[in-house]
Amino acid sequence: MAYDITVNGTTHHVDVDGDTPLLWVLRDVLAMTGTKFGCGAGLCGACTVQLDGVATRSCITRVDSLGDAAVTTIEAVGATAAGASVQKAWLEGQVPQCGYCQSGQIMSASALLARNPDPTDAEIDVAMAGNICRCGTYPRIRAAIRAAARSNAKGD
Amino acid sequence: MAGKHCTARSAERLTSTCAVRVSRRSVLCAGVAFGGGLLLGLRLSLGTAAAAAAGTGDFAPDAYIRIGRDGRVALVMPFVEMGQGTYTAIPMLIAEELEVDLDQIRLEHAPADEKLYGNPLLAGVQATGGSTAIRAAWLPLREAGAVARTLLVSAAAARWNVEPGACRARRGAVVHEPSGRSLGYGELAADAARLPLPGKVALKAPAEFRLIGTPVRRLDAPGKVDGTAVFGIDARPAGVKIATLAQSPVFGGRVKSLDDRAARAVRGVRQVVRLDDAVAVVADHMGAALKGLAALAIEWDEGPHARLDSAAILGELEKATDGPGTVAQTVGDVGAALAGAASRVEATYQVPFLAHATMEPMNCTVDLREDGCDVWVGTQVPARAQRAAAQAAGLPLDRVALHNHLIGGGFGRRLEVDGIVRAVEIARHVDGPVKVIWSREEDIQHDLYRPVFFDRLSACLGSDGRPLAWSHRFAGSSVIARWLPQAFNDGLDPDTTDGAIDLLYALPNLRVEYRRVEPPGVPTAFWRSVGPSHNVFVTESFIDELAAAAGQDPVAYRSALLDQAPRARAVLHLAAEKAGWGRPLPAGVGLGVSLQFVFATYMAQVAEVEVSGDGSVRVRRVVCALDCGSVVNPDTIEAQVQGAVVFGITAALYGEITIENGRVVQANFDSYRMLRIDEAPSVEVHIVRNSEPPGGMGEPGTSAIMPAVANAIFAATGKRLRKLPVDPAALKHSA
Repeated sequence: MAYDITVNGTTHHVDVDGDTPLLWVLRDVLAMTGTKFGCGAGLCGACTVQLDGVATRSCITRVDSLGDAAVTTIEAVGATAAGASVQKAWLEGQVPQCGYCQSGQIMSASALLARNPDPTDAEIDVAMAGNICRCGTYPRIRAAIRAAARSNAKGD
Repeated sequence: MAGKHCTARSAERLTSTCAVRVSRRSVLCAGVAFGGGLLLGLRLSLGTAAAAAAGTGDFAPDAYIRIGRDGRVALVMPFVEMGQGTYTAIPMLIAEELEVDLDQIRLEHAPADEKLYGNPLLAGVQATGGSTAIRAAWLPLREAGAVARTLLVSAAAARWNVEPGACRARRGAVVHEPSGRSLGYGELAADAARLPLPGKVALKAPAEFRLIGTPVRRLDAPGKVDGTAVFGIDARPAGVKIATLAQSPVFGGRVKSLDDRAARAVRGVRQVVRLDDAVAVVADHMGAALKGLAALAIEWDEGPHARLDSAAILGELEKATDGPGTVAQTVGDVGAALAGAASRVEATYQVPFLAHATMEPMNCTVDLREDGCDVWVGTQVPARAQRAAAQAAGLPLDRVALHNHLIGGGFGRRLEVDGIVRAVEIARHVDGPVKVIWSREEDIQHDLYRPVFFDRLSACLGSDGRPLAWSHRFAGSSVIARWLPQAFNDGLDPDTTDGAIDLLYALPNLRVEYRRVEPPGVPTAFWRSVGPSHNVFVTESFIDELAAAAGQDPVAYRSALLDQAPRARAVLHLAAEKAGWGRPLPAGVGLGVSLQFVFATYMAQVAEVEVSGDGSVRVRRVVCALDCGSVVNPDTIEAQVQGAVVFGITAALYGEITIENGRVVQANFDSYRMLRIDEAPSVEVHIVRNSEPPGGMGEPGTSAIMPAVANAIFAATGKRLRKLPVDPAALKHSA
């Protein structure tokens, strides 16, 4: 089967089985390797993308389930206001270590801030608990999300 | 042309032609770089026993600095970046003395070459691990920067016909202050390359540092924030196919029969490769490969380990501690002291197998041709990886090109080359390049594991409560015996006993014995904080037991035994003070302390732990005080401690690989659980500043947290946990 999917504003025609996970369409068919493979079972969040702005695990999202949904990946999240403020806060807070999980962390954090510009610590925990970081950058992820929220509030 | 090939070639040329200085100096030679410019070859060293053991008597450099005619400074890095910040800290050392800004330095991955890039602290193996990079590079890279600066200043002075003393190096240029003339390093590099090495160079005093000791932003962060960082798994040579695999679920098993008809019918599957002990499905994309793999019908010959289980392995270790082991350290007369004691404190401890579970699953891309082979991978051991690939491919070493990458988590897993060998075995059957990606389940079930250990301890106390005798005997695997056999001698190696011997405390009678017992079939490997990941848990828990037996406060008890270790005492008191040691706490909450000196760093941690009625444990806050001597990048030190603490809490609360019927039971992050952000404590890091030689920072935080948590649980509940991971059932209704 062939599917038309919209990724970062561009429509792609992909010819794969309908049950193919979006993750592998992105990485292996469209050569967009910023989205990472971690577990293949929706357990670690490394593959997180946004579907119509909602953080979604691409490793368990079938390509035939996408319909007209707009897929946003790490390659383009910086074009959104929340994504740009999160990436800036990530650099200023020096979050990444090995960096492998950080695409997914940033996609989850931007989705959170886009719908909730001033999350409580508990709301941060809930939104980010699906993203594992083996390097243990959690304290800095928390601090960076708070910083991004503050900078949004100030409008810079 | 890619810079790294250029550098490697010029480096080889240089080593064969430059005049070598026969001295203990770290800058071995200077010469003309490919394309003009200045090239310095240097050797990293600490003059330790390990370096001496590795010494081959030749003067081959193991790192290079190249200053091009364009003024750019290239550093060919012998270390790999896996999150520890080495790609930032190492350039800081050179930039400091060379008087350039950090952004003027470009890093190049070192090509695979053990002779050129061996790590002197790891017996000359080209490896990044053991928290050794800064320790090995601290003096040599600064000296190299100073030598280059001196040469550049001399070249400028000669050009202007002025005294070198009237010239100053500043931000990549030499300035003649009286006349205000200035020349960039690029304009001077060719002249500098023709000058003899200076006899002596002066290093900056710590007070003059402008970079070292300051929080510097990581050079690798931007690409890790916008998704452009390239890890091994992201390699995409033209025409690459994607493969995934099933290896024998039982250690040592083989493929007995295979029905791959359904797999080959999956759209996008190109072929199925049957190996002796594994089957791989090769496809257009990983989605098809995984679908094909699920459609395989494989029958396994399970081999000799089909009935192996964890209890039997542990039973063998326990039995081994009934008899004497090889004495790793002995002080005084433990036997006599214990025999004469009115009472003893006795305990047994055990720690489990642990998987690495790096976020980037094992993967390797191979393009194997008749006459050569390219390998794309992220490895901690480039030269070893190249050798393994050459052997598996049946090619001479110089026909194998290894392209190293950023590493999506190492923790010791990528000190192993099994995944590279496996990928080459598969590539032998595939036309064109193939990327072999392990599923998470394969990654966890076919790891090489932190070994299981069983420990037996016995001590007696003097009338003042201080320990009079300390006996510690333990059994388990020696990773070194397999990984670096020449370092395993007379039943002992420097890693397996690290953290069990040379304890900080005054112990008038001490004996530590080790018995090497390898678990049948289960491969073992280094794991973050290596030997101390086991030993510090045991020794710091047991000293806590002695404090309790003496009826004394755990901090005061330790402190009284530290007359000979003032730096250790200082971090112990700092951590206790910052954590509010001794303050009243609600029911079910406790503070636990640990203290260690491993990887040449002193570290104390205080964990604040809450135990709920159902026995579940939450680490609320961790305070760490450390003295790692000279500080290069304090922000990286803080990050490493934060991360190491999370890594260690994961192990203390959840980490356990169990074996049943020869198989690993755990498979993915549901059964091999990781600490998540909602469970992560705040971590405060306090650094004691001095100008002692630097210690390692990647690992110590992991070994220190495990006993701190166990001791805090004891403080909260009165229950002493002598087995990891924490068993909530044992803590139910105890708080």
